[in-house]
Amino acid sequence: MLKIKNYVKVKSLEEAYELLQKRGSCILGGMLWLKMSDRRVSVAIDLCELGLDGIYETEEEYQIGCMTSLHELEKNESLNSYTQGALRESLRHIVGVQFRNCATVGGSIYGRYGFSDVLTVFMGMNTEIELYHAGRIALEEFAKGGFQKDILVRVIVKKCPLKMVYLSQRNTKTDFPVLTCCASLIDKTPRTVIGARPYRAAIMEDTQGIMKSFICMNERERLEAAESFSEYVSEHVHTDSNLRGSAQYRSHLAGILTGRAWRQIGGMADEN
Amino acid sequence: MRTEFILNGKKVQAEIEPDILLLDLLRRLGCLSVKRGCETANCGLCTVLMEDKPVLSCSILAARAEGKRIVTMEGMQREAEEFGAFLSDEGAEQCGFCNPGFIMNVFAMLKELDDPSDEEIKEYLAGNLCRCSGFVGQSRSIRKFLSYKKDKEAGI
Amino acid sequence: MKQYVNQPVRKLDAMALVTGKPVYTNDLASMDCLIVKVLRSPHAHALIEDINTQAAEKVPGIVCIGTYKDVPHKRFTMAGQTAPEMSPYDRLILDKRVRYVGDAVAIVAGETEQAVDTALKRIKVKYQVLEAVLDPHEAKDGSILVHPEEDWEAKVPVGGDNKRNLCASGTEESGNVEEVLASCPHVIDAVYTTKANQQAMMEPFSTYCYKDYFGRLCVVDSTQIPFHVRRILGTALDIPSSKIRVIKPRIGGGFGAKQTLVSEVYPAWVTWKTGRPSKMIYSRYESQICSTPRHAMEIRVRMGADENGIVRAIDLYTLSNTGAYGEHGPTTVGLSGHKSIALYRHLDAYRFSYDVVYTNRMSAGAYRGYGATQGIFAVECAADELAHQMGMDPLRIRELNMPLQGQPLHAYGDVDIAESCTMDKCLARAKEMIGWNEKYPRKDMGNGKVRGIGAAMAMQGSSIARVDVGSANLKLNEDASYTLNIGCADMGTGCDTILAQMAADCLGTPLENIVVFGVDTDISPYDSGSYASATTYTTGNAVVRACEAMSEAIRRLGAEMLEVDFEATFFDGAYVTSGSQKISLEEIALKGCCGNCRELNVTRTFSSQISPPPFMVGIAEVEVDTETGSVEVLDYAAVVDCGTPVNPNLARVQTEGGIAQGIGMALFEEIRYNDKGQMLNNSFMQYKIPSRMDIGRVRVEFAPSYEPSGPFGAKSIGELVIDTPCPAIANAIYNAVGIRIRELPITPEKIAMGILEKKRKSR
Repeated sequence: MLKIKNYVKVKSLEEAYELLQKRGSCILGGMLWLKMSDRRVSVAIDLCELGLDGIYETEEEYQIGCMTSLHELEKNESLNSYTQGALRESLRHIVGVQFRNCATVGGSIYGRYGFSDVLTVFMGMNTEIELYHAGRIALEEFAKGGFQKDILVRVIVKKCPLKMVYLSQRNTKTDFPVLTCCASLIDKTPRTVIGARPYRAAIMEDTQGIMKSFICMNERERLEAAESFSEYVSEHVHTDSNLRGSAQYRSHLAGILTGRAWRQIGGMADEN
Repeated sequence: MRTEFILNGKKVQAEIEPDILLLDLLRRLGCLSVKRGCETANCGLCTVLMEDKPVLSCSILAARAEGKRIVTMEGMQREAEEFGAFLSDEGAEQCGFCNPGFIMNVFAMLKELDDPSDEEIKEYLAGNLCRCSGFVGQSRSIRKFLSYKKDKEAGI
Repeated sequence: MKQYVNQPVRKLDAMALVTGKPVYTNDLASMDCLIVKVLRSPHAHALIEDINTQAAEKVPGIVCIGTYKDVPHKRFTMAGQTAPEMSPYDRLILDKRVRYVGDAVAIVAGETEQAVDTALKRIKVKYQVLEAVLDPHEAKDGSILVHPEEDWEAKVPVGGDNKRNLCASGTEESGNVEEVLASCPHVIDAVYTTKANQQAMMEPFSTYCYKDYFGRLCVVDSTQIPFHVRRILGTALDIPSSKIRVIKPRIGGGFGAKQTLVSEVYPAWVTWKTGRPSKMIYSRYESQICSTPRHAMEIRVRMGADENGIVRAIDLYTLSNTGAYGEHGPTTVGLSGHKSIALYRHLDAYRFSYDVVYTNRMSAGAYRGYGATQGIFAVECAADELAHQMGMDPLRIRELNMPLQGQPLHAYGDVDIAESCTMDKCLARAKEMIGWNEKYPRKDMGNGKVRGIGAAMAMQGSSIARVDVGSANLKLNEDASYTLNIGCADMGTGCDTILAQMAADCLGTPLENIVVFGVDTDISPYDSGSYASATTYTTGNAVVRACEAMSEAIRRLGAEMLEVDFEATFFDGAYVTSGSQKISLEEIALKGCCGNCRELNVTRTFSSQISPPPFMVGIAEVEVDTETGSVEVLDYAAVVDCGTPVNPNLARVQTEGGIAQGIGMALFEEIRYNDKGQMLNNSFMQYKIPSRMDIGRVRVEFAPSYEPSGPFGAKSIGELVIDTPCPAIANAIYNAVGIRIRELPITPEKIAMGILEKKRKSR
């Protein structure tokens, strides 16, 4: 059972960061994951009064405060039109509305959970995160791990011409995903992110340049590229087994979902 | 530590431990409609409204409710009876243990969604588990309730 | 007069439930209850060499701690069954030997949850870890014994032998199966596997105990079996059962889980010992890892048919895994054969044999369907396989062989012929509802998705013949209202209401004029409990008889008051009349309380010699994604013969709920263990039950027969309705993509890998 010795609603990020240096302290996100842990927390640091629960849009970017709930993200019309509904698609399967009203984008991303739909979808965009101490970092760098204890203040999505599709495979509709896949053209550059492998989301490097000039291809070439990249992904993605699926099945799915996503982006199919 | 919030329209003060969950505080304050069906935020039985939004009281520290408006079914008895009549006319209330959380989320849905489709209803309520009814009777009751509301608004 | 039976009456307790009133065990427990928790074994098999509770006892707020040294050393069973129980006496409240991960090691009671949690961590246990037997195939006659103890006892001979890890075994046969099978031109021989599933009712196991002013132990319990709880607690605590009173409040679902004692013994022991009120409210984690899930079974079916599709022989062998203890082991296995073989009426021979083995896994128990679900999955898949082998439409083989009214039910045992049966109508209607002829076997949607349809038949029983007892006590009150006092447990399904409907019709009185009371073992008449699909049929029959006796008592007093011959009187619910004279019920009721020597209080008890089966047909339409293996159940057509549906709304919701549970069992529910015997999906995060997004369209209709032995022609419905989804969906998936999956659950991975394998082979 989670035990909390002190609970502090901080007045500033500075105060939060100072408290965070104490042994056994932690920042409260949506608490959904934290609550289930058998942990003793010396200071639970609540950022809820710092006004970090909103989405701000400028000409260049979206700034999403770390305390923004997943349900707010799901409902945000601008972000969803920017992502052609991919953001909503990535969130709507997560347990239920009440859960998504509690879960925060900061908590979801800071945890870098293997199963995370949220991490997968944001990696499919040009996303940076703002850490209080370490400053702005590309999300894919952060996702690789190895950062000091810090406060994730904002998620920043840089605007650029974007086409994107999000797909996931689940054993039941509201379960954790068996595999997630986000395909996107970020300013014409193709990117494929595979998550829940069950390891955390990672970008599939296109070492053979199969997708390189996807944007310039005709429909037949796009179909072929999608087909051969899906085979490439299936062969090269690093997967493993857990309760929800075997490594072999995940690798198979990674190929299938990649192919589907790229066919949709290429305008060749609308399978869902 | 001390906290203060608005519970079912009334200001309440309580002495709380820093790690007590809202669910346990609400039950301690006599709101026994709030149920616990799991410890992993999956069942929806503990759903209450916080600032009009449905949340899982099992996953929120009571301390976080400070200054907020919290509504449990104890504060919506009339509405619960009104919708509950439709639910029980389908026989879909069954064992009843999931009813408070489910019905509170139905109220939240009616506030948030305008004229929802069957699919939207299912998605909005997906976090409310029920093991008795198979959900089909719940859906029927919502449909009938919606058309009753529509008729009522239209003055029929 | 208004009629109530066969009407969609609202449940009498509905408004309390929909407005969230505090009516469940944990809502009723007093604030000063001691919190009771149990220290659980981390090992699948071990002996407690030493257990030290000194440090734990010193934790402030700890009131009592119990170990195996402190509890009575008399074995018993937790199975809620009529005594002498068919389940072996293989348990102690706490034992020196622990037999699965989660088995009870010590009981801790304290003033606060925090104190109890701290104390649990401070108990020091030295285990001698033993090798465990986890695989049911290795259990029988294996070298590791789950119950080597000398005082293991079978109260009823069921072929069990603890020195062979056998909870039960046996063979039942008729005719020469080998000979008939050898003469069949078409024979299927296949093995089907079903997994353990959790009932996952929303209210976890909950018990609250206190001592009353007579020093008796009062147990407020979320249970389906109040009277068995009373007896079993007496045995477990080694005290007279007369010292125990069990009260059943509203129950948050059971589905069989609460037909076994789970949380009861621990707070009962605490309160008996300390005299203080206590409660044990299971967490979902405990409800998942140490409760009473469905018996996992492996069923080999050999089924033979002649060239015309007449099924002539079935040979069925079930290997059932009862886990660490034998609760319901000997009985569930029986249904895997009795309720499945009987679906084929032309058999010249059948054989049903079985072994129920102990392993070091969580003890299994009763779950809706109770073995029939497993057996019917096997036989109804085998029937499809047989039909496909013959090139016959799978519905045709059922049309040729299904049970018919007035025809035999082989292997069933509890009726010789089906007195009431509309299986033929169920099948014809379900076929029409789904559009079988247009849709069978499949439709390629052209986008990688294929639709298929599949069917299954099912039957269950209505009570345990010659065993179950239902009783009803009825009294006429001073104000001319009636109190119907029953001992069966409404667990949300609505038996309080449907029994009142019956009483209202029998007595010719408005439903509002009947007060229902249940259950308090001090007050209610004896009832074996709500299980085995018994309540409507057994207790319903008792209610009808009690009403007849009450009408007679009213007439007798009325005749006396009118000074006429009893034989000449008639009671219409409002008046007792004799020729032109009449006297009102109100007057009679008043008279009953003034200068009266005639009881207006009757009790009737009923037990049936037979168990008339309800029948049903379910047809599933699925859509399979041929690449990912995902399955959507698009449509489910179910037609049920439960005799007269006493309350069509409640019967429909029972059916819809049973089908939803069946869909979960078919597609994703499965209790899984690691190689150390630890249960892996120990939460609702990991053990997924269907959400409303996982259930497609479900359509339920009734094809009522009239059961002559049932109250108002009714049979049961509660369990039957979980039996068709597993085979119907498995058959539909086969019809869609040609992959036969014989092991539940049928996950997307199994389908996708099956399709890949098939492609590889065809290359």
